[in-house]
Amino acid sequence: MIVDALSWICLVAGGLVGVVGAVGIHRFPDFYSRQHATGTTDTLCAILILLGLGLQAGISLAAFKIALIFLFLILTSPTATHALANAAMHGGLKPKTDSTPGEGKS
Amino acid sequence: MLLTFGYGVFLSMFWLLLSGHFEPLLLGLGLASVALTIFLMKRMNILDHESFPIHLATRLPAFFAYIFREIVKANIDVIKRILTWTGKSISPQLVEIQLPQKTDLGRVIYANSITLTPGTVSVELTHDKVIVHALAKEAADDLSTGNMAQAVPDRVIDK
Amino acid sequence: MYITASIAILVTLGLVLARALMGPTVYDRIAAINMFGTKIVLLIAVFSFLSGQQDLLDIALVYALINFIGVVAVLRLVAYGDFHSSGEENKK
Repeated sequence: MIVDALSWICLVAGGLVGVVGAVGIHRFPDFYSRQHATGTTDTLCAILILLGLGLQAGISLAAFKIALIFLFLILTSPTATHALANAAMHGGLKPKTDSTPGEGKS
Repeated sequence: MLLTFGYGVFLSMFWLLLSGHFEPLLLGLGLASVALTIFLMKRMNILDHESFPIHLATRLPAFFAYIFREIVKANIDVIKRILTWTGKSISPQLVEIQLPQKTDLGRVIYANSITLTPGTVSVELTHDKVIVHALAKEAADDLSTGNMAQAVPDRVIDK
Repeated sequence: MYITASIAILVTLGLVLARALMGPTVYDRIAAINMFGTKIVLLIAVFSFLSGQQDLLDIALVYALINFIGVVAVLRLVAYGDFHSSGEENKK
């Protein structure tokens, strides 16, 4: 019963975080700041939703597979994000910054 | 040799948990694929402490607990900034962070941890420093205190 | 409760797809597609519980891996123009 309530909270909160992150990639002004909104949904949203599913699965083969999906997402998402940001930087996309006014304007 | 054996055991357990079948045919197929994987990795010379970092295993649980807390904290911060966005709630900037880690593996784990916490993305990784794009000044300042750098597991193995 | 989560993920997918279609730079589009893939993995995982077919979790697992490889491959294509160059000659 309490497990059901907990996984309800986790799933709904995860969904909400996902929607907020998706709003974020529309609100933020340039590519590099949008990456942060993407990061939000890649981490907390995945953690909450998979945690909610894991609570429902209990201790079983399904729970192990969920843990594995979580591990792959957590390992691959920063690598993909870094590769993207690095490629954008090498491709000549300049970030809008506050601290260095000389080079920031794109 | 110990590493190869450990990797074999690890892969076999992985196969068993993923398949969930215990017929002789499937067990034989699993054994064959584990042997093939180890043979290929030996041939490519990539089976070492970097691809199978068992020497960090004792440090990993504490690191995961730390990075999990950091992710939740940073997420709440970014979500607040998204929801209260008026055009000037963010102050994106590029900062250079020195890398105190001694091994390549430690440096990669550190750069990935920076990327994993929302609000900071590592843009460029060189041998002794990493260039980070931070969403706000607070996130950049938080990073330059070096708390996260100390939590990253980093152990030199004597060859 | 699975339906609530599915709907939330679907809304996210719609917004992300809009960014992928609008995205001013090609990197915006790739980032959006990367996020789209992550959300699809979560959707498959939720759907496997919704329909009670737990075999679908294997598909989510494979999708998570393919999504990562796909993003890196597309990035190589954008950066070097083909899939087979070593990339060394373009590095400074």
